[in-house]
Amino acid sequence: MPHPRLSPRQYMILLLVAICAPLGDSCLSRGMTTLPAISLAHPATLIAAVFTPWIALGIALLIGFFASYLTALSWADLTYVLPATAFGNVIVALLSRFWLQEPISIQRWTGIALITLGVSFVAQGPSLTERPVDKLLVASGLAIEGPLDQVPEPAVSGAIREEAQPR
Amino acid sequence: MTLPYPNPWAAAAMIAAIVLLSTTGEVLTAAAMKSFGDLDDIRAHSGLKGAIRAVLTCPLFFAGVSFLALAFFSLLFALNHLNLSLVAPASASLTLVTNAIAGKIFLKENVDRRRWSAAVLVCIGVYFLAH
Repeated sequence: MPHPRLSPRQYMILLLVAICAPLGDSCLSRGMTTLPAISLAHPATLIAAVFTPWIALGIALLIGFFASYLTALSWADLTYVLPATAFGNVIVALLSRFWLQEPISIQRWTGIALITLGVSFVAQGPSLTERPVDKLLVASGLAIEGPLDQVPEPAVSGAIREEAQPR
Repeated sequence: MTLPYPNPWAAAAMIAAIVLLSTTGEVLTAAAMKSFGDLDDIRAHSGLKGAIRAVLTCPLFFAGVSFLALAFFSLLFALNHLNLSLVAPASASLTLVTNAIAGKIFLKENVDRRRWSAAVLVCIGVYFLAH
């Protein structure tokens, strides 16, 4: 089935999603493991933890992740974006092993490899579900199939195109 | 720093809370983002302010973000008790499977054989991760 390919810019956004999330998680882990144990009886201590340096840096990275993630969700399926960015699991494992000094057994490495293999299947498929309304738009010439970075000038009104010009 | 191994049921409950809350949040957020189309197009037509306005005026987006915030605090709580190398891959991978199911049911996405195969591989991967 023909399906739209992603542009290099869109791949960059997926890469940002994959990188920012594990880096942010690692910062959170580093911050949380240095704090004393937090119990559910004192949930306010979780709020206070947000203002410690490692947690704050982790949150900043996760904000970058979220902005990229929202952009990706606007042009790709949720069931495409999540697997396509799951390479982050490998980054987490490497960070855990070499930065946080956490031991990782061969079994866990096998698990991470299987997850990566599974998500690579998904990444090779279409990024967006083709819906009947999309086919109608293609048939009527209001939308096109093919690579998103090779889309010709759309047949939109002059008013909209003028609005897109920088002032 | 390596944390002591906790009660397996407590670990499972912490990971399950993260998975359920983040799946709900992600499905609601994805529905919100699909409701107004490609953000790049909106930014090209209306600028960055227009894109931000489109996102911030969508009630579904705030519902999704609320669930994602709850998932985030569940993650913080879990990281206080469990190792990152268990929590992050396990919750991310299980969320992938629950999202495939939720995406097919609620978002009507085309979850084909390729995507289901990936879900099975991920499940086996999570089994190895947890043992």
